[in-house]
Amino acid sequence: MLKQTEGSKAVAEAIALCRPEVICAYPISPQTHIVEALGEMVKSGKLTPCEFINVESEFAAMSVAIGASAAGARAYTATASQGLLFMAEAVYNASGLGLPIVMTVANRAIGAPINIWNDHSDSLSQRDSGWMQLFAETNQEALDLHIQAFRLAEELSMPIMVCMDGFILTHAFERVDMPTQQQVDDYLPPFEPRQVLDPAEPVSIGAMVGPEAFMEVRYLAHAKQMQALELIPQLAAEFKETFGRDSGGLVRSYCIEDAETVIIAMGSILGTIKDVVDEMREAGHKIGVLGIISYRPFPLEQVRAALLGCQRFLVLEKSLAVGMGGIVATDVRMAVSGTGLKGFTAVAGLGGRPILKSSLHTLFRQAEKEELPPVTFLDLDWDAVNKQLEREKTTRRSGPAAENILHDKGIVSAKFG
Amino acid sequence: MGFQAVKFYQTGTFTVGNRLLAPDERSLQSVETRSNSINSGHRACQGCGEALGARYAIDAAMAESNNQLIAANATGCLEVFSTPYPESSWQVPWIHSLFGNAAAVATGIAAAMKVKGRPEVRVVAQGGDGGTTDIGFGCLSGMFERNDDVLYICYDNEGYMNTGVQRSSATPPAARTATTMPVGPEPGNVFGQGKNVPEIAMAHGIPYVATATVADLRDLEYKVRKAMKMHGARYIHIFVPCPLGWGTASHDTIRMARMAKESGTFPVFEAEYGEVTGVLKIRRKIPVEEYMKPQRRFAHLFGKNAHPETVARIQAIADRNIRKYGLLEEEGN
Repeated sequence: MLKQTEGSKAVAEAIALCRPEVICAYPISPQTHIVEALGEMVKSGKLTPCEFINVESEFAAMSVAIGASAAGARAYTATASQGLLFMAEAVYNASGLGLPIVMTVANRAIGAPINIWNDHSDSLSQRDSGWMQLFAETNQEALDLHIQAFRLAEELSMPIMVCMDGFILTHAFERVDMPTQQQVDDYLPPFEPRQVLDPAEPVSIGAMVGPEAFMEVRYLAHAKQMQALELIPQLAAEFKETFGRDSGGLVRSYCIEDAETVIIAMGSILGTIKDVVDEMREAGHKIGVLGIISYRPFPLEQVRAALLGCQRFLVLEKSLAVGMGGIVATDVRMAVSGTGLKGFTAVAGLGGRPILKSSLHTLFRQAEKEELPPVTFLDLDWDAVNKQLEREKTTRRSGPAAENILHDKGIVSAKFG
Repeated sequence: MGFQAVKFYQTGTFTVGNRLLAPDERSLQSVETRSNSINSGHRACQGCGEALGARYAIDAAMAESNNQLIAANATGCLEVFSTPYPESSWQVPWIHSLFGNAAAVATGIAAAMKVKGRPEVRVVAQGGDGGTTDIGFGCLSGMFERNDDVLYICYDNEGYMNTGVQRSSATPPAARTATTMPVGPEPGNVFGQGKNVPEIAMAHGIPYVATATVADLRDLEYKVRKAMKMHGARYIHIFVPCPLGWGTASHDTIRMARMAKESGTFPVFEAEYGEVTGVLKIRRKIPVEEYMKPQRRFAHLFGKNAHPETVARIQAIADRNIRKYGLLEEEGN
């Protein structure tokens, strides 16, 4: 059914259609609207049987999900930013134990400085946690990916984060096609756990594992993600059969066939990039886009295949590997190693800095001409940075950097660019 | 070996003495159908108070739940000594997730059982004092506050024994640990710190809170069985001496626990909805010195460079416990 609704509400409705049995909620912006909506559905009896638990922290949220999943219940939670870091120990534990928990990450920057706006630093910080990570481009895809995520998680008995850009998607009202309960039931069978805490058949879960078996257990987590590389396209194809639309998969390309320059990105910024590419195409530029939906597992082969025909690529990412450059770019470079393709990295949109079409036009043209340094910081205010660097050079007690920069900028204008 | 005299207390004291009791009053441990929840062959130290306490507690919980029990375990000695595969000692469905989240994991299990329509399956969480009073305290308080249907059992040996005897918030004042060494003008753990988690549990107003020791195992069994008859958040804090961490003889574990109770150092009581409903009276009061002297962790307080004023401060704490909980039989009783 078509409806105009907020991204968070759409995702909450899709989660409810997946018949979650235990939902743990702890408030952190910008994921709160999702669990609020689910809480209301459980309280009103619309979503039943389901236990909605208001926990005291994100660490508890993931821990409750671990207990529930190990006891055979379909478990769901949502978080972002500091919350994801606060639960990090339990995040690794859930994947180490092989528990198919689904979690929405409403992507948000990590402080300090504290910042509630969108970038991808939070989920990318959990890159090696053993969780799969799927990135949604639109609200429609966000809700669709959640339905696929339960199926994928439970088939592999491994947890998944569905990542959607905080505010940009979670708080945006868009048209979505909400599936019916029957469609979701046809696609997603009831949870049949691989391991379960049951007095009828006692097992020990989470025993001490020494050097004799630890590597094998960790390798299996990797093997599961390699299986996911096969499974994700299959599940997307099945999804299309049931729901009648393309959603999910490993990567999605746009105008790439004859492209000499390919822009690579994840999440909602793909929409803006496609608009810029459309305009540049009209002006005769041979430029295309490759969206990465599955960040973990990372589809090395698919990325390589998509880029083989081009001459250069630019990874535009909302994340920064401090001391190195790009996080996603590193993976893309690995995918094309040996091809001699020229690659650039642009770090953009950190902490919600708007990524403007005008800036992208300039950036993409520079990429086409290969006039970019290896790493570009899009729309970085060099004056502000240099002023602070100078201050630190001349004054020992130069004070807190963030506050200095805010002071230099004066009253923050709502208008950027 | 030679002759060893076997002495039992009189019946009615919840101590050993099965031979003096009618069969239906005997400890579960003397019953053939006991569940052996923690089987023999685990790797606990000789004289481990925690292994003994856990065995009695979990067997009692199993009996009371008709063997329909799931256990969540914090990281710590109990988890480490009981699980190296393929030698898991657990005869109950058992999960270990992390050091600080046993209470939350148990909440998740209880929620799953509720949603699956299996009210007969009961849930216990367990951890040491570090996993309970320190790192797991947030999750514990959350579980209490929500009144989740979980019995949490803390095995308190007054320190981080698994990592090599460091101080926890349950370590008593003046005690030597690897992080409170007996050096400087005030040797050992400082006074005026630490937290009383049974009382904090009571402050949550939860249905049941109790303390127990491995010296009074019948009392421990009774409290676990009572807790298992109730629903909602319940907490039992069991005092379990640690020969390794305390520097006591392995054969003195039960004696140490008894002396902790008899000196007033560890008050044994139970409470419902925040109100104390019963205390285990001191049978023969002893000075704290008698309890402390056999423990190497207090050795710096005695002998050549004795600290009698420090011992007096600890005695004052014990006396306060005795007054507060009414641990002595009133005269004429």
